[in-house]
Amino acid sequence: MSLPKEYDDLPGTVVFDFDRARQGYHLNMFCMSLMKPENRAAFKANERAYLDRWPMTEAQKQSILKRDWNGMLALGGNIYFTSKIAATDGLSFQQIAAIMTGSSQEEYAQMMLKGGRPVQGNRSKSEWKSRG
Amino acid sequence: MARIVAGVAASHIPAVGAAWDNGKAGEPYWRPVFEGFERSKEWIAKVKPDVCIVVYNDHASAFSLEIIPTFAIGCAAEFPIADEGWGPRPVPPVKGHPELATHIVQSIVLDEFDITVVNKMEVDHGLTVPLTLMFGQPKEWPCPVIPISVNVVVYPVPTGHRCYMLGRAIRKAVESFDKDLRVVIFGTGGMSHQLQGPRAGLINREFDTRFLDNLTRDPQALAKISHFEYLRETGSEGIEMVMWLIMRGALDDEVREVRRFYHVPASNTALGHIILENTRR
Repeated sequence: MSLPKEYDDLPGTVVFDFDRARQGYHLNMFCMSLMKPENRAAFKANERAYLDRWPMTEAQKQSILKRDWNGMLALGGNIYFTSKIAATDGLSFQQIAAIMTGSSQEEYAQMMLKGGRPVQGNRSKSEWKSRG
Repeated sequence: MARIVAGVAASHIPAVGAAWDNGKAGEPYWRPVFEGFERSKEWIAKVKPDVCIVVYNDHASAFSLEIIPTFAIGCAAEFPIADEGWGPRPVPPVKGHPELATHIVQSIVLDEFDITVVNKMEVDHGLTVPLTLMFGQPKEWPCPVIPISVNVVVYPVPTGHRCYMLGRAIRKAVESFDKDLRVVIFGTGGMSHQLQGPRAGLINREFDTRFLDNLTRDPQALAKISHFEYLRETGSEGIEMVMWLIMRGALDDEVREVRRFYHVPASNTALGHIILENTRR
């Protein structure tokens, strides 16, 4: 028997719970290593070789190599950890947020300046489905 | 006797720290944010706390996935500034108050809050950005700081009610410390924001406004907000607001709101700030 996860109905959202933390443990611990400048340099010098030091799945490694930010989250990554890859790439939190929403930097920044994404119409997966 | 005289809540957006550190505080995008704290800086300069207790969350800096304490308290004499991937923020190291921190531990554990004691810890933007907003850029922070870290990264995070009750236990602990100290408690993080996935950028001004109102009007109602309501209404990271309830729980039932500031956007986030004073001071 498992706990009910009503938050799985939230559209466009991966709630990082302890199950996902288990799935993404090595992916996130790789991200953690990027807090040290020498590790950032080693990663930049040969990304694939550096990733092979961690017992991640191939899909997790590919998501990192492709900078598939949503893919990383789906495979157990957490945004506070994956943002360390962004920092290594010189990207800000707002830049990766825009990429994850599928909008351009300009569109995303404009949306935020206009007050952000409204909660109306963004509460349930059914609302996104009916929107098409 | 030590006393908690007031509570401060403030968002801890990393981009705010970066804007300050890189000399962008005067730019049109950031100026309103820092102006919003000008009067709060004057307020805290007058209040002159002897100690600040800062409730915050670590963002994969001191705590990775190896150890995930739901509640932890820093009892060290000094907390170095973490390198979060772009070098440590150029701010002074945070000095602790080991004596009061250790006293709080012993009191709240006996009150059934089994907090993790941390004697070696780096602190990240979650703690330092609110200090910058309230104190600017001094050579040294004006008073010792006791960090209280809350897990709001891996779900489930502690409930709002649990946080509120922890605040109560902290207040009782502070009031049983036998030195005369004026303590200000900070709740940080929030308000509505979602940093991840296609729904990133969610902001809910109505929820945030009601939350700010109820900090004075009906904090008990805030303590009843469910996790799912935070996630759905305020975004996946809006749930950080449970940390404000530790601050609120540590204050008197009756408080006076002396300052409020709300601004959208600061990067991906609705920046919220409030100062509440105990009415019997």
